[in-house]
Amino acid sequence: MTHAVPVPHSFYRLASPHYFYEQSGRLLPWLAAVTLVLFLTGLVWGLAFAPADYQQGNGFRIMYVHVPAAVFSMSVYVAMAVAGGIGLIWRLKVAAMVARSCAPIGAAFTFLALVTGSLWGKPMWGAWWVWDARLTSELILLFLYLGYMALQEAIEERDTADRASAVLALVGLINIPIIHYSVEWWYTLHQGATILKLGRPSIAPAMLWPLLVMLAAYGLLALLVVLLRTRNEVLERKLNI
Amino acid sequence: MGGYAFYVWTAYCLTVAVLGGAVLLPLLRYRRLRREAARRERREQRQTEVRNR
Repeated sequence: MTHAVPVPHSFYRLASPHYFYEQSGRLLPWLAAVTLVLFLTGLVWGLAFAPADYQQGNGFRIMYVHVPAAVFSMSVYVAMAVAGGIGLIWRLKVAAMVARSCAPIGAAFTFLALVTGSLWGKPMWGAWWVWDARLTSELILLFLYLGYMALQEAIEERDTADRASAVLALVGLINIPIIHYSVEWWYTLHQGATILKLGRPSIAPAMLWPLLVMLAAYGLLALLVVLLRTRNEVLERKLNI
Repeated sequence: MGGYAFYVWTAYCLTVAVLGGAVLLPLLRYRRLRREAARRERREQRQTEVRNR
């Protein structure tokens, strides 16, 4: 007789909507408090205390709201596709709920990345918008999120909607490396990576720290919103809404 | 802000508004769902009382 690989008990329990609801409820107040503190710290630090850029003056401060939005517009998409895939393969209810909960905050980040980028582009490049690879692929990401949400709404039956939209999310994953490498593959106005590249980051520490705080704040905010929405999904399912 | 004030403030205010909304919407929905759950529980309780009479 073969023995099954021991899996921690809590791993199975986390897949139960009820257990998820209880555990996330305990985590929420702490998560909300830390997120708020980081967010306020990062906003004030970025706006008032980080030194002005020698080329871009105070205009570079848009970076502190633009870069985290752009980074997490992609990370949340990957999380959505992976959760959707897990729901598709293992039929885990919680995974499907998490996938559904990722879409609105991911779309919000994508929208903010596009608009704050536009507000940064106008004074620096002289144009609100250019049809280059980075901007266009990020716009496609917004359409992927909107398409995902529309598909969820369009299909009445929950499981069918989850399966169809999970497939859409997985196919759309191809867009993520395109966004990331677009500044290297094609000629573009958009500047290249400053932090996530081989070797040392090409940004002064005094400018980097508030950015790291904002990155942490955005990441935790995404987690917070996904938890809140997933908990609502659990309640809705219980109430048969 | 050296001529950049409009762009910087618009970007920051929009960010706060959109992200604040992203947190607020599920919180409001949560409140509605909890009210609905409480309403159903009261109704069930009333029905049990009527049946036991």
